[in-house]
Amino acid sequence: MAVNELQSTRKPPISQIGAILWLRTNLISSWTNGLLTFASLYLLYIAIPPLLDWMVLSANFNFGTVNILGFEIKFSEVMADNQNCGRDAACWPYIYEKFYMYIYGFYPREESWRPDVVYGLTALLFVIVRLVRNYKYKNRVILSMIVTYPIVSYILIAGGFGLLPVVETHQWGGLLLSLIIASVGIIVSFPIGVVLALGRQSDLRVIKLFSTLFIEFIRGVPLITILFMASFVLPLFLESSTNFDKLLRALIGIALFQAAYFAEVVRGGLQAIPKGQYEAADAIGLNYFQKNALIILPQALKISIPNIVGSSISLFKDSTLVLIIGLMDMLAMVNMTSNDPYWLGRETEGFVFVTMVFWVILYSMSRYSRKLEIRFNTENKN
Amino acid sequence: MKQQNILSQVKSLTFREMLYNNEVRAFFFQVATFLLIAGLFYTIIGNLFDNIEARGIHTGFSFLKNRAGFDILPFLGNYIQDYTPESSNLTVFYVGLINTLIVAFIGIFVTTFLGLFIGIARLSNNYLVAKLAGGYIELFRNIPVLLQIFFWYNIFINIFPHPKKSFSFFDMAFLNQRGLYLPKPILEDGFLLVIIAFVVGIILTIFMKRYFNKKHDETGVYTRTLGYSTLLILGLPAVFFLLLGSPLHFDFAVLGKFNLKGGMQIVPEFIALTFALSVYTATYIAEAIRSGIEAVDKGQKEAAAAIGLTQTQSLKLIVLPQALRVAIPPTINQYLNLTKNSSLATAIGYPELMSSFGGTVLNQVGQAVEILGMAMLVYLFISLCISLLLNFVNKKMAIPGR
Repeated sequence: MAVNELQSTRKPPISQIGAILWLRTNLISSWTNGLLTFASLYLLYIAIPPLLDWMVLSANFNFGTVNILGFEIKFSEVMADNQNCGRDAACWPYIYEKFYMYIYGFYPREESWRPDVVYGLTALLFVIVRLVRNYKYKNRVILSMIVTYPIVSYILIAGGFGLLPVVETHQWGGLLLSLIIASVGIIVSFPIGVVLALGRQSDLRVIKLFSTLFIEFIRGVPLITILFMASFVLPLFLESSTNFDKLLRALIGIALFQAAYFAEVVRGGLQAIPKGQYEAADAIGLNYFQKNALIILPQALKISIPNIVGSSISLFKDSTLVLIIGLMDMLAMVNMTSNDPYWLGRETEGFVFVTMVFWVILYSMSRYSRKLEIRFNTENKN
Repeated sequence: MKQQNILSQVKSLTFREMLYNNEVRAFFFQVATFLLIAGLFYTIIGNLFDNIEARGIHTGFSFLKNRAGFDILPFLGNYIQDYTPESSNLTVFYVGLINTLIVAFIGIFVTTFLGLFIGIARLSNNYLVAKLAGGYIELFRNIPVLLQIFFWYNIFINIFPHPKKSFSFFDMAFLNQRGLYLPKPILEDGFLLVIIAFVVGIILTIFMKRYFNKKHDETGVYTRTLGYSTLLILGLPAVFFLLLGSPLHFDFAVLGKFNLKGGMQIVPEFIALTFALSVYTATYIAEAIRSGIEAVDKGQKEAAAAIGLTQTQSLKLIVLPQALRVAIPPTINQYLNLTKNSSLATAIGYPELMSSFGGTVLNQVGQAVEILGMAMLVYLFISLCISLLLNFVNKKMAIPGR
């Protein structure tokens, strides 16, 4: 019998399409694979339900009446206190009560708009950087912002200059302090790091020796030893030996520490610049300063941006160490607030909350750095 | 010779020419830098001595001989040094050093296996396993390690039971909020011989391995050596152990009225610290392992399959040696980071170098320069050792001819 018409194609067998195929290839392609899937599921089973139960299902959310942006949201009649919060699950009213401490430390409550403005400015900074990406004078805009932003932020947070009431540094705390330490650390240490990197690559032996010694010394010791040095020994190094600000001492230690790490990152970028670029700059008669400022550094810094962000992430993580020398950052607030006689024994809630805040910030930073890495990778591919 | 040339060149120049001469400029800048830094040091050290004198702080290292006068959490350093409050400050230094090294050693051991496991799991064909490993990395890498140390320490002392209600493992080991109690090994005379036998076993295995490798190179005959090595490394000491009439017994912890007595207490500070450091560092090692394996060209695996190697042989002989070349340097760097991060123990009071010596002794004696200097030197020495190891490994692994 002749077949005159085109046979319609049959559908693929059910095992070769869709969810079942995906399951077969990804989860149960072999016995060992199936076993691994089973083990992973078991791991999830023992980890997720108790965690979910502790954090959400059995947790106490009796915040009382909360005012969010003018809307009154009623969670419960009265706010729960330590007694009628269970011990077997999270007591979030404790975090709600201490939220201010976690974010601002001991910053006076009536002045808390000032850090808020700084937070807003910081967000605005990122938005502007994005907006002016294709603007002709973007470098000038960004540079002027980089110069004005720290000054404005300092005046807002510290006060003084006859403009705003002074807030002493020992009142700064919580997330505010962590962010201040990280951003001051990054801004101050970056130029030092670039100079050190150039010094280490220099042909001048004495300069190279000192830069290398400094970098290797700092990188060889833990940050704590440097913070201890900064808080115990640094005052002895100075003439008048008046007890100068504890935060300032910590910041000096952190800036020097971070400078060594930035120096190595920038050096990596410098080493990636082809020799021809140096020679071309020499050939057109640029001097050392012009050569680095106009030819070498713009290229070197650009390729080291992902690593600079990576190093900044480490600095933000390391900023928690300042609690060891007695500064009240967000992590220190956990111990601080759990000593409140009304809220004894709520460290775990504090740690979980602080972990979540840090994780969200650090995770978005690391995603951002990965995005940059991909962007700069494609640009360099010829 | 060269110097003279420059000098004679320079002498013949006018002042204006000198201003633009590269050699002269280089010389001038170096001298200026040197003078600047020397001046800085001179001022700083001068101020330091003035301030020390003004505040009546002692100088010198005689404080090391003084009585320490405080208790240290009982742990390995304590046991090895027989520490009592009557011991000297120098003993505190040794106790701290031993405790630092034990955290570093065990932490490195644990984190290597954990990192290897997570790194391989990250590349698994199994969707769930790969995602779980990825989740692990993203979760623990983005939490400050100090926070993790606090967190596990807090969990440990809050969820484990009071000593009276310890978890018991066949009455041999106990777990409660004061730590893990293991049987304490008590060595008798002759146990040294067993250890020597163990070391000899390792050395013999290395020689045997060399011999069979040479044979493989020359004749192409491959001999499986795993059985022999096990026999040498474990069997030899076992034979000695039995011959000498088991020169080892254990002191078990016994549940007393309020607390456990005897045994070897592993304090919760140590467990929390080592656990947190290992879990955190493992995320970096896992990424190093992953990038190492991904760096191996696909053609290598295909070539291995083409010449008829099995999957295991291909992994062992072709993929891993090349992957490790990429993965080992960052891994060794992470070992250094772990060792440096062990100083965070100060925050939970585990008596390592920075906590007992750099903390308590510093507060008592007040000689910050000497004490912090000693602590920094120790860390610098460890860093130096690890970078020497790194250089050695790099040299050993460098592809010849490239």
